[in-house]
Amino acid sequence: MNILSLFVLIPVLTSVAIVFTKNMKQTRVASAIGMSIQLILAAILVFLYLNERQAGNTAEMLFTYDALWFPSLNIHYAVGVDGISVAMIALTGVVVFAGIFASWNMEFLTREFFISLILLATGVFGFFISIDLFTMFLFYEVAVIPMYLLIGIWGSGPKEYSAMKLTLMLMGGSALLMVGLLGIYFYSAPETGILTWNLLEISKINIPIEMQRFLFPFTFIGFGILGALFPFHTWSPDGHASAPTAVSMLHAGVLMKLGGYGAFRVAIFLMPDAAQEQAWIFLILTSISVVYGAFGAIWQKDLKYINAYSSVSHCGLVLFAVLMMNQTAFNGAIIQMISHGLMTALFFALIGMIYGRTHTRMINEMGGLMKVMPFLGVVYVIAGLASLGLPGLSGFVAEMTIFFGAFQHTDFFHRFLTIMATTSIVVTAVYILRVVGILLLGPIKNDHFLHLEDAKWHERLSTITLVLAIAAIGIAPLWLSDMINVSLAPIVNKISMTGFEFTSLF
Amino acid sequence: MRHELLLTAIALILLVTDIMLKPSQKPRIIPVAMVLFSIHTIAGFFPAQEGILFGGMFRATPLISMMKNVLNVGVLIILLQSYTWLMKEENRDKMSEYFILMFSTLIGMYFMISSGDFLMFYLGLETATIPMAALAAYTHHQTKSAEAGVKLILSSALSSGILLFGLSLIYGSTGSIYFSDVALFYGTEPMQVLAFLFFFSGMAFKISLVPFHLWTADVYEGSPINVTSYFSVISKGAASFILVLILYKVFFQLIDVWQEVLYIISILTMVVGNLFALRQKNMKRFLAFSSIAQAGFILLGMIAGSQLGMTSVIYFVLVYIFSNLGAFGVVSAIEAATGKINMNDYDGLYITNPKLSLLMMLAMFSLAGIPPVAGFFGKFFLFTSAASAGYYWLVFIAVLNATISLYYYLMVVKAMFINKTETPIATFRSDGMTRAGLILAGLGIVVVGFWSQVYEFINSLSVGLLY
Repeated sequence: MNILSLFVLIPVLTSVAIVFTKNMKQTRVASAIGMSIQLILAAILVFLYLNERQAGNTAEMLFTYDALWFPSLNIHYAVGVDGISVAMIALTGVVVFAGIFASWNMEFLTREFFISLILLATGVFGFFISIDLFTMFLFYEVAVIPMYLLIGIWGSGPKEYSAMKLTLMLMGGSALLMVGLLGIYFYSAPETGILTWNLLEISKINIPIEMQRFLFPFTFIGFGILGALFPFHTWSPDGHASAPTAVSMLHAGVLMKLGGYGAFRVAIFLMPDAAQEQAWIFLILTSISVVYGAFGAIWQKDLKYINAYSSVSHCGLVLFAVLMMNQTAFNGAIIQMISHGLMTALFFALIGMIYGRTHTRMINEMGGLMKVMPFLGVVYVIAGLASLGLPGLSGFVAEMTIFFGAFQHTDFFHRFLTIMATTSIVVTAVYILRVVGILLLGPIKNDHFLHLEDAKWHERLSTITLVLAIAAIGIAPLWLSDMINVSLAPIVNKISMTGFEFTSLF
Repeated sequence: MRHELLLTAIALILLVTDIMLKPSQKPRIIPVAMVLFSIHTIAGFFPAQEGILFGGMFRATPLISMMKNVLNVGVLIILLQSYTWLMKEENRDKMSEYFILMFSTLIGMYFMISSGDFLMFYLGLETATIPMAALAAYTHHQTKSAEAGVKLILSSALSSGILLFGLSLIYGSTGSIYFSDVALFYGTEPMQVLAFLFFFSGMAFKISLVPFHLWTADVYEGSPINVTSYFSVISKGAASFILVLILYKVFFQLIDVWQEVLYIISILTMVVGNLFALRQKNMKRFLAFSSIAQAGFILLGMIAGSQLGMTSVIYFVLVYIFSNLGAFGVVSAIEAATGKINMNDYDGLYITNPKLSLLMMLAMFSLAGIPPVAGFFGKFFLFTSAASAGYYWLVFIAVLNATISLYYYLMVVKAMFINKTETPIATFRSDGMTRAGLILAGLGIVVVGFWSQVYEFINSLSVGLLY
């Protein structure tokens, strides 16, 4: 059995096991066991991967497994990982693990909740291990659809509206994606070769430039919608705000990364020429995402909305970096995906825990929570500091790398956008510190808050896991960026072969 | 000929048995019919002799047998699902008619699919249509059902007229009614194009493509639910099969013309079907309009004019049979048990009837084309087929339409899982036959997609397609 297939198999088996559980306790224990195994497996994968690389294995993808599925269309079940996907898998493992413990007290339809959640995780894991475009697309949709039920059934606020909006917008994205992927498939073989869905094989050839021009927007926007590309980000605030805690964590933490990862792995990697030509349009859009998201967060009063808009801003930064198309920026984009995944999951977990106690998410109704729940308060501050890019935590490393990479472009256009985007850091600081000030410090506004308890063991477990991961990246980013850098080489090589001079456009 | 002979024999056996049974013993006809038809379905899968009969009027190829088998599986599921409804008091004295009529239309469809010339094709088509009108009017004491029968017979008479006019023009311009001869002599002269358009309009009535779809909603709503599912699945599937065969074999010279026609009609059908389905509250009408939209997707697969196109159409019809019968089966079971048929009656169904709701959800996802169920694969291959001929924008419009359709399919899921109500449908348990029908449909929805051999098998049969 290939180790990567286990990442899909274990969640499926866990779901099957959950079907046979009898009560809430059994259900959550089963889910916790399954996802712990998954987390351990992710750790083992990182270890094995580093070992292989040390041993001098220079293959582009490791642990590959390839089985023919639909021979007549040359569809394979093909899996394999490089440093980037290993990092993403590790992120997913951590977030899902934390998510299970954050929703420990889910009482309504417990079994169904955990099955949907784990099914979602299956899609995400499957997406990251796939190197066949067909299976990638399949897992992408598998990851999206449980969201409808998760938000619709267990959500809060205008949940039905948000769930429908989110599902339809993301499926609209997959409509674009479908066209893009089909186009790539039918141009995947020069002249007489056999058509293929395999990413690596397609990357060896050059898709004709006219087709690239046509297909790139489809593919990029298709993934971009999931990555909250302006103006297609509107599903994100509503969806995140209405979703139950674990789902917000998973969605903002991991699912949105599918967009960034896909845009990078498929759109830019396979169609670099068109990417260079059209990057300016999307750079403008992503810059708007970055700044608009940050400003949007300032006006919000609902904790979840604040965080959702901040996600738009941070995920915009991922796409922004991807479009800068040089090694440093790519590196930053990947680290940003992981860093944002961790800290936004932490935020949503904390918001869920606070909401569970105070029964409100409006910041002006709260205050002085640090006094009654010091643990949650401190963790909230840590998450905030990571988010605004304090050195020593993951956010700093990511943003620093991105802007460093972006500034390597010497023309006015790129520099201008980069400077615009950096303003988001300041704005982020404004809304984070404002929330920390109102929410945690100051007087306690409501007597009822005096009797609130601090975090329980499962909540501590959930948050500490995430904090440790954030700190680890912040303190020792080198092992992560080394892992990524090796795998970036083929992608950067392919882009540099195009020889397109961006400055000639302006 | 095995399919036709066996089924004719079964219909005759049922007729004779029915005469010999006393009125109190009438319900015994049901198990007899089921067993016989199951045997027939299984027998269909054994390899049959290839060849031509009656001087070229009748053809048998593995591909054609496969098409008939696909239809058989669908009919079997429908028969199983109709058990509860058939056992009702009002249907007691006309049980055998249900089977005999249904088998007669099926025989007609067999002949239609196997036809080697336009005469046999037309005979088959009419044999399939006229008993269908009787089926639509099966519960004749209800005005709606009787009305459905009349509407069906009138509109099919009209469409047959148009079709026949096209056929006579074809004969006039080529001097032959044999498919092989017509294919040889067919060109792109204006009269031949006109003849084709008449022929296509006639077929469009049968498949209920926009703008020839208006009869569908009333007929579907008025007929008994199991007959409706027969119309929207089997009859539509058979007509799609013969349309794709004739387009690919007889009118291949006209490919530029029919690609254009299919392009426009498929977009129209998807859009109009979707827009109408959006607002339906009655489950039967809802499924009827959504099946119009699905027909648009079938056309999309045909447009490629290649082996891939043929395979994707047959495969999609197979998947569509399972998914739509899953949905119809649930609606029928609920109607039989409680008489409720509106979407808001389904509120909170998951709490009281979780298994039915799960099956319904799978069917809805499959119809909408959501992985990992079979519908995803079916749609994906249709899109692949259209894209292979370079119709990227068409694919884009189609996928957008699939997204729109997801909205109303999700409305059903929402009703069952999310909406809350004081008076949900009470927990009930259907009888064994109905459950077997539902399980078969559910299995199909789950298995047919992942199990790539099904697709590959159909694909291997479509090889020797163009002659």
